[in-house]
Amino acid sequence: MTTHQLSASGRRIRRPEADNPAGRVWDAAAAVLDPEVSVLTIADLGVLRDVEVRDDGTAVVTITPTYSGCPAMDVIRRDVEDAVRSAGFAAVEVRTVLSPAWTTDWMTDEGRRALSAYGIAPPSPRRGGPVALALSVRCPQCGSPRTRESSRFGSTACKSLWVCEECREPFDHFKAI
Amino acid sequence: MDATTTTMPALATYSLRLGDDALVLSHRLAEWVTNAPQLEEDVALGNIGLDLLGQARTLLSYAGEVEGAGRSEDDLAYLRDERDFLNVHLVERPNDDFAVSMARQLFFSTYQLALQEGLLSSADETLAGVAGKAVKEVDYHRDHATQWVLRLGDGTEESHRRMQAGLEQMWPYVDELFATDELEQSLVAAGVAVDASSLRPGWDAYVDGVLAEATLTRPEGLRTPPGGGRRGVHTEALGYLLAEMQHLHRAHPGATW
Repeated sequence: MTTHQLSASGRRIRRPEADNPAGRVWDAAAAVLDPEVSVLTIADLGVLRDVEVRDDGTAVVTITPTYSGCPAMDVIRRDVEDAVRSAGFAAVEVRTVLSPAWTTDWMTDEGRRALSAYGIAPPSPRRGGPVALALSVRCPQCGSPRTRESSRFGSTACKSLWVCEECREPFDHFKAI
Repeated sequence: MDATTTTMPALATYSLRLGDDALVLSHRLAEWVTNAPQLEEDVALGNIGLDLLGQARTLLSYAGEVEGAGRSEDDLAYLRDERDFLNVHLVERPNDDFAVSMARQLFFSTYQLALQEGLLSSADETLAGVAGKAVKEVDYHRDHATQWVLRLGDGTEESHRRMQAGLEQMWPYVDELFATDELEQSLVAAGVAVDASSLRPGWDAYVDGVLAEATLTRPEGLRTPPGGGRRGVHTEALGYLLAEMQHLHRAHPGATW
């Protein structure tokens, strides 16, 4: 497991030092996969915000939703509880915070590479306003920039649907918010 | 006046108002799934509804927490009756023609985006937190509605006719979005809420711009119904919606899956 991870925007995600209990909680929680994009860990996604071990031994894990209505959050919460419990913490509390609001800039570079290899075009960096101009989404199959958006809403809240004009394959794009 | 609005703290009532808008509209959007003109639209409207449902869950949970009577988000969504719902009439109106629904999406998302932008600086941490997520989501909703209004308005003769009819059908419910009252004003003074009436000029400018580009005419001279959604007074449509939305929960109390 890596130590400090740096997201594309340079946002430092808090991972405690390796050899204390909080570090073990982090490592256990950080390995939980996003149930809807099963190549991304919640640490890569930027959904894992913070961990803490209280004096009474309770492990507290703080996560944040990508979209308000993301149905994966309930599964992620359960998976984090299971993972941290398996790491030896009997009492686990998973907290959800809304702010600072998650943006695709919280995703790590490693996460972006994993998405691309999986066939999902990673989010472009956000420019100015909340909706980025997605002018150059590259096809994750053949790498061509000749692509077009066929629907701004895709199979999950975080994705839009695209088609490659070069290889004709449809693909998902993790949209920038 | 019903039990909800008379006994709840102002902040809980305000949170419930915003939450009920989102909850009721999310249910209307869910009704489009499998009925939209194309598959991508089923997906789009389902996703927009899901965003709103997520906002509603946080707002209803918060209303229950502030109220302090132990009511959960589910209690508030499924166990209140029509007179306890505090949403505006616009969101409860039946879907009808696709163009009617797109008119509603344009009207509501333009209002909601401005409202949530205002709430970003709310003194209330939860409302500001919800707004931080909502502004990014609703920006996509407004863009979606705008694209359809342009495409239908500036499309064929038939699509233009139906889009204009859609605007006229939903227009009478627009004024209620910007009605403010004592409760809201007390929270505005505390830096918690946004004065809804202050959002009208920006709304007019955006909507007028879209209508002009879509070659549509801004409806004029239509009779405006008295409103009252914020006080729990609703149109006939809400009761039917709630009957469907609440049926399962009430038929099997406490069931989980």
